[in-house]
Amino acid sequence: MSMPANALQGDRVPEEQKGVRLIRYVDALREAFEQEMTRDPHVFLFGLDVDDHKGIQGSTLGLQEKFGKDRVFCTPLSEDAMTGVAIGAAMAGYRPIHVHIRMDFMLLCMNQLVNMGAKAHYMYNGQVKVPLVVRTMIGRSWGQGGQHSQALHALFMHIPGLKVVAPSNANDAKGCMIAAIRDNNPVIFVEHRLLYAVDGYVPYESYEVPFGKARVLQEGDDVTIVAVSHMVMEALRAQKHLESVGIQAEVIDPVSLWPLDMDTIMDSARKTGRLLVVDNAWLTCGASSEILTRALEICQDSEEPLPALARMGFAFTTCPTTKPLENVFYPNSRSIAAQAYEMVKGKGKLWEPPVDAKTEIDAFKGPF
Amino acid sequence: MLSQELVAHLYKKMLLIRRFELRLAEVYPTDAVKSPIHLSVGQESIAVGVCDPLAEDDIISNTYRCHATYIAKGGNLQEMMAELYGKQTGCAGGKAGSMHLVDMSHGILGASAVVGTTIPVATGYALAMQMAAKTTGRQRVVVSVFGDGGTEEGCFYEAINFAALRKLPIIYVCENNRLAIHTPLEKRWAKDNLCERVATYGIQTYKIDDADVFKIRETMTKAVEYLRHGGEGPIFLECATYRWLEHVGPRDDHSDNYRSLDEYLDWKEKDQIVRLAAMLDDNTVQRIQDEVTAEIQAAEAFAAQSPYPTAEELYTHVYAS
Repeated sequence: MSMPANALQGDRVPEEQKGVRLIRYVDALREAFEQEMTRDPHVFLFGLDVDDHKGIQGSTLGLQEKFGKDRVFCTPLSEDAMTGVAIGAAMAGYRPIHVHIRMDFMLLCMNQLVNMGAKAHYMYNGQVKVPLVVRTMIGRSWGQGGQHSQALHALFMHIPGLKVVAPSNANDAKGCMIAAIRDNNPVIFVEHRLLYAVDGYVPYESYEVPFGKARVLQEGDDVTIVAVSHMVMEALRAQKHLESVGIQAEVIDPVSLWPLDMDTIMDSARKTGRLLVVDNAWLTCGASSEILTRALEICQDSEEPLPALARMGFAFTTCPTTKPLENVFYPNSRSIAAQAYEMVKGKGKLWEPPVDAKTEIDAFKGPF
Repeated sequence: MLSQELVAHLYKKMLLIRRFELRLAEVYPTDAVKSPIHLSVGQESIAVGVCDPLAEDDIISNTYRCHATYIAKGGNLQEMMAELYGKQTGCAGGKAGSMHLVDMSHGILGASAVVGTTIPVATGYALAMQMAAKTTGRQRVVVSVFGDGGTEEGCFYEAINFAALRKLPIIYVCENNRLAIHTPLEKRWAKDNLCERVATYGIQTYKIDDADVFKIRETMTKAVEYLRHGGEGPIFLECATYRWLEHVGPRDDHSDNYRSLDEYLDWKEKDQIVRLAAMLDDNTVQRIQDEVTAEIQAAEAFAAQSPYPTAEELYTHVYAS
């Protein structure tokens, strides 16, 4: 399956980056590993099934053949100890990439990540660095259910010492992965499985997408929509819906959640006067809480008017397996558009946007 | 035949640890050290026997009861005391304290206050050392030290399985003092057969039940040489020992009645510091005692005279550049 790229992808190829072609998100990741492993012999990649015939949805295929079994290898499940192993190797000057096929499994790694990985550089006063990348995949659709669908980026944003990135397109997937590998800190690299098959324009050459710099994916004057991970795709579809009724939404992808680029978000919110955050996660104590609180603090400190604020995210329930319930668990382009519409037109002004054409969500099939 | 030189050398290291910690216990009520301390008094022979055969570029990994291994591996004593005092000149600028001692320049990995946490980290360091040896030609060896409580964490079994699978150059050393805080081993293990359990992973195991510093050193010497020269790891060593003082703090807590006084007295009979002193002539013992006292006094003076970190230090090293 190869879903066509959204029109926005083409718009975002910078003029100076020649030599691009359309590839899938998952292939962009693979290219990042290949280029970085070629550049730096200290980079290695490991995790359950990274060297099997499926190669983590294709993102690691062929890497063991190219770089050998010392640098690309599967591990026992043992998420807790393998995280510690990665941290130890990172302290010794290597640059491990540790792969989890679901973000839910990272709950088994929390002691190592929070108590050791995040703190080692600080607690040992700079005597060690932990240049670690933790790849982690959010599942959705085909009944992923309560324990294969969680988006826990907020847990990691809470911890000093960790960085958290969640690129939403192929270009940023490659550039963020290269930046993550070169970063001297633990980076939680959040991938959404529904993004894997989406094409985007990606340069052949190696490049970094810096953390702490949000992307304005679509300019507009009426309402700012900040969307996270897969919700970027929904927000961009919502933007099209809104356009059809004369509302120009500005869509922003933070790309990195920590560090967080509030400047870009606030510049937009000042312009539109309306800030809607759509997280690919629960709201309580989440990325949306952080973004809106900081918006409030910034406005208070500078005594400027507060934009209208709203947020959307997962229903505050465990993710259900059955499709009809799963459909109402997530925000979607129509609910996002309706929320933005009400923010622009006024409270109580309801609108039901048309149904989308078939999306990557409908196209996704299991069983994996 | 043991040379007097070796006996004096091991005696001095053990005595330095003992006297350092007893001095710390003495100082503790003054609140110069405003932080938990977990003392190794009575357990010194393990740290010294384990660390003595290691080269400077070999690695030791610790628990929060880490003073003994830090000193035995050659960690800077003045920086250690300053760290305990919370001073800027401490081995971690005061950010670590007693439970997180570190000295990477002497191959001492930072300790953790969470039981078992350093076992996988040391294992990862050994993985890196195995990779590095393929280009450097020199196999550096990692030693992971933990207590009997540490073997009850899931990550211990996960780590030794991985180490056995990858044949890593690591020696796991369990200091078995039969106590997890105040809870005896009998309340925690169905069977007292740790080495047997570990052996089922395909790991060579050794058990030393009397804390004999020479036996520990000899076993470690062979293990280090074996791994250094292409032998397949990991290796597991269980050393029985006894914690003389309370779990945390400076006190002898035998009056708390949670453990047997007879056991304590038995272990005091085996005290390696007394044993080695008796093997040396009086002049040598006196000279070593004087040297140790001078080193500790110098460390204490250094710590006392050092400044505290400035407020700006709060935000240094949150992220690495």
